[in-house]
Amino acid sequence: MARWILPVLLALAMGWAQAKEAAPAAEDPVLEARMLRITAELRCLVCQNQTIADSHAELAVDLRNQVKEMLKRGDTDQAIIDYMTARYGDFVLYRPPLKGTTWILWFGPGLLLVGGLAALWLVLHRRSRLSPDQFEPDPDDEAANEPSSGKAPT
Amino acid sequence: MSKLKFLIPLAIFLGLAAFLMRGLSLDPREVPSPLIGKPAPAFDLTRLDDAQQRISQKDLLGKVWMLNVWASWCAACRDEHPYLMEFAARKIVPIYGLNYKDTRPAGQQTLSRFGDPYVASLFDADGRVGIDWGVYGVPETFIIDRQGVIRMKHIGPVTPEVLRDKIEPMVRQLNG
Repeated sequence: MARWILPVLLALAMGWAQAKEAAPAAEDPVLEARMLRITAELRCLVCQNQTIADSHAELAVDLRNQVKEMLKRGDTDQAIIDYMTARYGDFVLYRPPLKGTTWILWFGPGLLLVGGLAALWLVLHRRSRLSPDQFEPDPDDEAANEPSSGKAPT
Repeated sequence: MSKLKFLIPLAIFLGLAAFLMRGLSLDPREVPSPLIGKPAPAFDLTRLDDAQQRISQKDLLGKVWMLNVWASWCAACRDEHPYLMEFAARKIVPIYGLNYKDTRPAGQQTLSRFGDPYVASLFDADGRVGIDWGVYGVPETFIIDRQGVIRMKHIGPVTPEVLRDKIEPMVRQLNG
């Protein structure tokens, strides 16, 4: 996965750089960059695994224009995020806010990890205190203790 | 107690199965709308059939109404169209259309060909009003109460079941 990310990002950056070259000089590259940074945090609702920044869905194009317009008007990043969540809910945020309904989303994986490690530690700890004769002997040990029972090399 | 330890994996499995079962019945395309329980977003649009006549959300205050977002290019809208025609004929609630990102000729042609279930269709050529209403998948259907508050949203084509089990009871309750 990680191997793919860099080439894809580079390819995207290249496409963007070219597009910018072709754009009229009046276009504001700073504004464009800000728009892309914000929309990369927002989920496109039409194709839900893409950000608004890289979706080709018509709605994503409209929303990119909307964000650009709001930036031109001088709105803050937070105002734009609020504008989006007021319409589409927290679902549009790739980083959902921490609140009552999302704590299991944020902490669930950590809790599972801690629980799993605790269970593992408990089992190992209990085993280490068992006497050796509670375990089946390893086949290697068996062979070493009873060499006569092994097959003679031919 | 320790005799029942062998049941732990079974319990974990059942828990997991319950979550997965629930997951099967959830539609990831149906994103809960934050607009439910909020005042309907403002709009002031021309009618699809008359560019001179405007309708705003203020004109619709005081009655329960239904907003159906549709477009001539939307295939799923064709699927729900006959059910909307039937529903409109029963005169349970006035249906207003929001003609989303369409052209006047195409929208009007669709209605004259397949029938017009709407009291009026609002013409939203650039999709601005659609964005304000959080529209992301046409068709979508909203129920708005007398105070102009959105009470329900249905994403995707309405079916006879949705109309009977969700929309009709909601309208009756609001008209109370």
